Amino acid sequence: MSAPPRQYDARPAGETAAPGVPLPGHPPPGDTPPGDPPPGDAATRATEAILHDTLHSSHRGIVVDSPPGAGKSTLVVRAARELAAAGRPLIVIAQTNAQVDDLVDRLATADPALPLGRLHSSEPHPYDPVLDDHPGVVTSARIADLDGLPVIVSTAAKWAWVNRETPWPHAIVDEAYQMRSDALLAVAGLFEKALFVGDPGQLDPFSQVGAEQWAGLAYDPSASAVATLLSHNPGLPQHRLPVSWRLPASAAPLVSAAFYPYTPFRSGTGPGDRTLTFGTPSGDCPADRVIDEAALSGWGLLELPARVTPRTDPEAVAAVAQVVRHLLTREGVSTDERRTGPTPLTAERVAVGTAHRDQAAAVRAALAGLSLPEDLHVTDVTVDTANRLQGREFDVTVILHPLSGRPDATAFHLETGRLCVLASRHRHACIVVCRAGVPELLDDHPSTEPVQLGVTVKFPDGWEANHAVLSHLSAHAVPWQPRQL
Amino acid sequence: MSLMSALARMEAAAAGRAQPRATVRHRHLAERPLVLVPLTTAGEAGAPLGALVGTDRDAPELLVVPQPRDRDQRFAFLARLAGAVLPHLESAQDDVEFEERKENDPETGKKVTIQVELCVDAPQLLVPNAPGADFVRLLGRSMRFRRTAEEEPDAPYPAPPRVPLLGRWLTQYGERARVPGSALLLSMTELLARHWATGQSALEDQHLGALLAWIDPPDGLSGAEAALHAETERDAAGQLLCPPAGPATDPAFDNKLLAPAVARFDAGLHGAEEELRELIGSQLRPAWAAMWRGIDLLRTLPEGERVAERFKRDRWSYTAHRDRVRSGEPPQPRRDDAVTAAAKLAVREQAQARLEAQEALDDPLVMAERRLTGEAFAGEVVEVEMAWSDGKRPMPRPLVTLRTTDRPHLSEGGRVHRAVDEGARQSAEFVSGHGPGLVTLRLTNGMGRSKEPAPGTVPEQGESLCWTLFEHAPRGGPGLPEVEDTPWTHGGPPAEPTGPAPAAPAGDPTAAGTTAEQPPAPPLFPLPDPVTSEDLL
Repeated sequence: MSAPPRQYDARPAGETAAPGVPLPGHPPPGDTPPGDPPPGDAATRATEAILHDTLHSSHRGIVVDSPPGAGKSTLVVRAARELAAAGRPLIVIAQTNAQVDDLVDRLATADPALPLGRLHSSEPHPYDPVLDDHPGVVTSARIADLDGLPVIVSTAAKWAWVNRETPWPHAIVDEAYQMRSDALLAVAGLFEKALFVGDPGQLDPFSQVGAEQWAGLAYDPSASAVATLLSHNPGLPQHRLPVSWRLPASAAPLVSAAFYPYTPFRSGTGPGDRTLTFGTPSGDCPADRVIDEAALSGWGLLELPARVTPRTDPEAVAAVAQVVRHLLTREGVSTDERRTGPTPLTAERVAVGTAHRDQAAAVRAALAGLSLPEDLHVTDVTVDTANRLQGREFDVTVILHPLSGRPDATAFHLETGRLCVLASRHRHACIVVCRAGVPELLDDHPSTEPVQLGVTVKFPDGWEANHAVLSHLSAHAVPWQPRQL
Repeated sequence: MSLMSALARMEAAAAGRAQPRATVRHRHLAERPLVLVPLTTAGEAGAPLGALVGTDRDAPELLVVPQPRDRDQRFAFLARLAGAVLPHLESAQDDVEFEERKENDPETGKKVTIQVELCVDAPQLLVPNAPGADFVRLLGRSMRFRRTAEEEPDAPYPAPPRVPLLGRWLTQYGERARVPGSALLLSMTELLARHWATGQSALEDQHLGALLAWIDPPDGLSGAEAALHAETERDAAGQLLCPPAGPATDPAFDNKLLAPAVARFDAGLHGAEEELRELIGSQLRPAWAAMWRGIDLLRTLPEGERVAERFKRDRWSYTAHRDRVRSGEPPQPRRDDAVTAAAKLAVREQAQARLEAQEALDDPLVMAERRLTGEAFAGEVVEVEMAWSDGKRPMPRPLVTLRTTDRPHLSEGGRVHRAVDEGARQSAEFVSGHGPGLVTLRLTNGMGRSKEPAPGTVPEQGESLCWTLFEHAPRGGPGLPEVEDTPWTHGGPPAEPTGPAPAAPAGDPTAAGTTAEQPPAPPLFPLPDPVTSEDLL
């Protein structure tokens, strides 16, 4: 049983209703209209303002909204180092073990001399062994072993078990929009002040059971941590990072307009700064044509004939597998501003995103069934659901549209965050595989979720965001002809 | 809806009869449940019109409010309802057994084992449908803050004795009903729909008459025909033959029969009250019969193995409420505070996970659903290879290979579990597939403490096993802060609980709990509206 997804907006209603008006505490306008100053300058100014507030503000909390790939992890690493350098011991609270390991790895790489604690569970293989290569990192399942270290990192779930008389002076809460209010409740006693960082456009936290009875309460335990924090502390400074370094110039405007209509951001790179080319010429099959379209324009839509299908639509799954196969076999090469020379497009730079786990499993099985040569390492292609792809980054993504082949558009499949996560993981190109007829399906299923009193309506709703993305994709559509016709 | 439930619905539609979704009964069903069929007045939430209540199917007690908008009559009804319901709800309070519980000694701080009382049984309340359960909650909400003449001698309009107490019990039952798998307050449509799949939609299943028509159609009629009959068939006077099972009434009844009868009652005509009793009784009796038919149908299923374990948690809930009432605690607050809300959500999520696991373990038909979705797999052991862990004390870590036709979503190192005798569990990790249809697991526990596994703990070749990817006994979460330690992120400690007469004027921002560490100009957040007299009704 899945509870209906909850719609929350961290910002007070007045702010979302006034697009373009700078929010209190935000960096001055001028970085918002994309195009004018160099993106690096706007990003630097935002970061400086955030660090200044983190170190000097008298407020107990600071909230930073970060669109996809805007340097959130870099910010967290920098803030942690500066706090530690200022002699303020801190804890970092992330949501998953993978995020914790990634942060510790980045912190230790950035500052090998900084003593770091990684608090972990007592399960087997509790953390990424790569952390053992960093001499400054101390790992333990007991907080007592880590006491006194300037920075200690762990998951919210693990922190909730920690008891301590005196709270830490500071904390950084990562992915705070994906943290549930009740998880924050369990750990908020551990720190005096905190920096909350997250992406408001990604998937909202959810609960396996109904939580309607608390809807509208400021501390609704199933709401996001930021929603609760801001409704109890509306005066907290809110910042946002204005530049996405991940999304290419082809993707940032669409993702910004479709998912962040009132807090626009821009791409850190311009058109032509990144290229994706293929050594093997196109074989004029639909998979090749959609790959060529995506390599050229950043987006591709492989459109299968309209049909209502089971969730693991065999035809769509086969189409996804074919696209991945052609991506890997055509000797793709990418260039971008980060690397000096051309980089081959290898399997670990490709991801497949789905809405459901069984779809991911079906795609994995289909990829294994292709019997591709060993040296392509097809098992290195990440195939996972939107929830698990949050925070990840790839060169090319292939996504199975959440509404493809469905007879109805449920709140789960319409959830804005799901499509946003899927459509914002790539540095070069995104290929969407979908049955035709989704716009009609959307029109047949307007949002019917009950309106809860006291709950701020989140914009945009999934219906609108889906339409925006599909209408953009329709210009990059390639029809898929089944082989036997 | 899972693929198998969809298939079961299609099979039911094709067969013209509901199909089983379970081979055992997954909820506790009391030997003597208290059945309550309430009716409410159209257009006025919380104005009861009448009820049939009782534990004896042949002798229900009919309660009627002749003029539902008359508050005095409403409280007379609630007093009679308390007389009918409270003795049942209180009937199991004194029959207790003792359980051991570990607790921190307040003086020494050490863990000590103490004996605590646990009621042997917890009375069960059955209502026809989910809106009926909501109505129970609403009644509880409307009664628990009332004060009796004994409690507040000077206040006007005292509530009849025992009415506030009934409100507290109904609130407790209504809240408990939100815990997945609980059985203190159950609705018949949900119980039946859990165990049978009909050929109609889930929405249509909320009509008790139509649902029963699919499960047990009368001779000569298909389920669809019988359900249509139940939903729409009317007598010569235009009244439904199978009136809705409450709490809402049929508009045709309201307009043609009820309204004129109430008007005659208001005019003081002789016999009008008797006529109203008869009318309201006529709407309630078919639902009463349907409730007991449902109970009969459910009793044909044997109780699931782990149902009693879940019901023990209901008994704890019942015992805890008994203790709160006896110790003179105030009624449940109007709203949960932040800590209570988070604690309730954690309990319910754990209960949901436990329920899903236990239903699958108790019932091969439910397990089949989990196998189909790749969350479990069954197979025959084709090879067992002994192996030991590295380290100073090698422990048995045998490799067991199964042949299965299921397609579990396993990944390297993924953990799987199986139930072994006497409620114990064994876990293993997935090693890798040796080939199509073969799954190799490394057993990681449940083999005793010595180097050689205890006899019978390692499966043998040819044995049939069922492994699940989900945990059988999901662990609880960490503790939450005490209510008085509610952190600043959640508004700080709540103001003093507001009873029916708030001591401090609500809306005072300092009552929101500010601490010395807070920065200057503490942010004000809107407090709930002050309590008004309407809140208490």
